[in-house]
Amino acid sequence: METTLAPGGVATDLLPSPQPVQLLDPDGVLVEQAAGNHQYTAPSAERLLELWRGMVIGRRLDVQSTALTKQGRLAVYPSSRGQEACQVGAVQAITGRDWMFPTYRESVALFTRGIDPVEALTLLRGDAHCGYDPMAHKTAPQCTPLSTQLLHAAGAAYGEKRRGSDAVALAFIGDGATSEGDFHEALNFAAVFSAPVIFFVQNNKYAISVPLAKQSKAPALAYKGIGYGVRSEQIDGNDPAAVLAVMDAAVEHARSGHGPFLIEAHTYRMDAHTNADDASRYRTADEVSAWLAKDPLARLQTWLTINGHLDEAAIRDAEQEGEERASDLRDRMNAEPQVDPNSLFDNVFAEPTPQQREQQAMVRAELEADASYAEEESR
Amino acid sequence: MSTVTMGNALNQALHDAIAEDENVLMFGEDVGTLGGVFRITDGLTEEFGEERCFDTPLAEAGIVGFAIGMCLTGFRPVVEMQFDAFAYPAFEQINSHLAKMRNRTGGKVTLPMVIRIPYAGGIGGVEHHCDSSEGYYAHTPGLKVVTPSTPADAYSLLREAIADPDPVIFMEPKVLYWSKADLELPVQEPPFGRAAVRRKGTDVTIVTYGPSVPTALKAAEAAREEGWDVEVIDLRTIVPFDDETVVESVRRTGRCVVVSESQGFAGVAGEVAARVSERCFHSLEAPVARVTGLDIPYPAPKLEHTYLPGVERILDAIGRLQWDDVPDLTHAGASA
Ligand SMILES: Cc1ncc(C[n+]2csc(CCOP(=O)(O)OP(=O)(O)O)c2C)c(N)n1
Repeated sequence: METTLAPGGVATDLLPSPQPVQLLDPDGVLVEQAAGNHQYTAPSAERLLELWRGMVIGRRLDVQSTALTKQGRLAVYPSSRGQEACQVGAVQAITGRDWMFPTYRESVALFTRGIDPVEALTLLRGDAHCGYDPMAHKTAPQCTPLSTQLLHAAGAAYGEKRRGSDAVALAFIGDGATSEGDFHEALNFAAVFSAPVIFFVQNNKYAISVPLAKQSKAPALAYKGIGYGVRSEQIDGNDPAAVLAVMDAAVEHARSGHGPFLIEAHTYRMDAHTNADDASRYRTADEVSAWLAKDPLARLQTWLTINGHLDEAAIRDAEQEGEERASDLRDRMNAEPQVDPNSLFDNVFAEPTPQQREQQAMVRAELEADASYAEEESR
Repeated sequence: MSTVTMGNALNQALHDAIAEDENVLMFGEDVGTLGGVFRITDGLTEEFGEERCFDTPLAEAGIVGFAIGMCLTGFRPVVEMQFDAFAYPAFEQINSHLAKMRNRTGGKVTLPMVIRIPYAGGIGGVEHHCDSSEGYYAHTPGLKVVTPSTPADAYSLLREAIADPDPVIFMEPKVLYWSKADLELPVQEPPFGRAAVRRKGTDVTIVTYGPSVPTALKAAEAAREEGWDVEVIDLRTIVPFDDETVVESVRRTGRCVVVSESQGFAGVAGEVAARVSERCFHSLEAPVARVTGLDIPYPAPKLEHTYLPGVERILDAIGRLQWDDVPDLTHAGASA
């Protein structure tokens, strides 16, 4: 897409709408075309219903995952409760042929992607770095160093383009991570190579304890796209309809060869950074309860119910499925993971170095000695 | 036979790899029209087009991270870092992702890419153009670290690096880009993990690599006048490391000097010295000596001759290993 300059020299087609795009207000009322001068229309009721169901299940699994930390089954868990519209909506807008580049916070996005929750939680459980097959799911390992995966997303998106495929890449990051250098390099690379990648910023207002005001002076994080020539948009990230509608537009933009797209979703992390963090040290209870009133799940459920797409039975059915998936997760997490120390030297290189072989022999001898000692003790 | 410089050999290796495998790509800063600041990619864009050899934005983390993503879709990128010290912005991508991805994913994601880094000094470069950074990479499991010292090795090792299933940090000694050999390309030299005995000898083993190999050979020639018959081993690949050749040699000669241009403290030379001490203790007639760069940032060009481990310092170290009683190695090498 050729960028067009308005008389004032502003690249108008790159600019996000002045207000975050909102289609569904906190009371569950459709406010199409009301906020900002945007062009988006609400997705079909079927798609919103599917999105709602994904959010119900996602939230239940998220709450279950936090509970698993209390039982010592997960070493740590970064919750995304309150961010379900982003986690589920963004993923539902892409297909199996597209790539996804998640961070540590994207467990619900991984569940939505169809990855087995036990596999998705392996990193946080602590028995392996990545429990799923990234190539089979076209989903990169959850990334811990901030923003670094955005460059991988740009490269993969460009690789797909070079292969003649129309697959796109969806990359998640948080608000704090937009300060990292790799965020800027990734936007620039993606723009220069016209790579079909969607950068999805979940602005959940805090980077651990640091509020957005201390992170960036930009009028909105979405404005960071314009300097790189990247089409950008800001949305109400607690509005599932807006997330899906703008993601659809972003996917269409990237898939049809117009290059990258940056979305800033204004949302809120209802829980602390992780279960190990004390959020009361840096934010007030009033702030949290104000955001509770903007709950994305309740909002969509209200609209679907009022408009006759959802009844008590359907709600019970979705909740029932969430319950079953949560109890299945609980049961399977109760099994002690088997981690074999002999595997430590696997997959560092395709073939171990001579030095690694020596160390591996040492570890094996130690394990054998331990085993025979234990056997003797038990006699 | 024709006369080939190391630069020519590297260029030919890239040329042949790109011609043979459509998944091989070359990219970096100024590698396109210009052919790289050292002309190692000369003519590649002209012959194969911008799709196969192209310029990127000026961002090292970007180049490496982007290449990692391209590997996911089946490409085998070769990227150029313009100079040693300018690879540091990419260090996080190299250390946190490139080196670890195979392991992190249980072997499901492999990253067959090569990072070419012109490195080390001796060319009168201004600040940040002469660093020896091999120690950082060698310290990171998951990276192979390769450094040729001859045009034949430059060709053969680069072809092997590009074909390798793992990431390879390919360190090119800048000072040797113009070194020449009579050679018919393509050539196939011994594989990764095999050191080369560049000179046979019976009294002392010098273990070295990359830019220091010619200096060590000169020192060996000079040592003959003192009556010392010096063996010179060129590691060729630092990772994987060839214990076998090194140990066999030192057990025979009983004396060992490790020569490396990088700062000595906590460096590759110290690793080699420790390995030799552990494995050859009963054969050693004297402690293992190191002759390395000084433990200072690489100095301004007018002082680099003082910094670089030269023939004199190597001869001095050899001399100190000849006494029957335990020699004083205090000044044998910069970091001894
Ligand atoms: C390069 C790097 N620096 C620091 C950290 C430690 N760290 C982990 S999460 C985090 C905050 C990130 O905040 P944000 O980007 O807003 O994402 P959120 O966690 O809110 O989803 C920090 C500082 C890290 N993971 N990587």
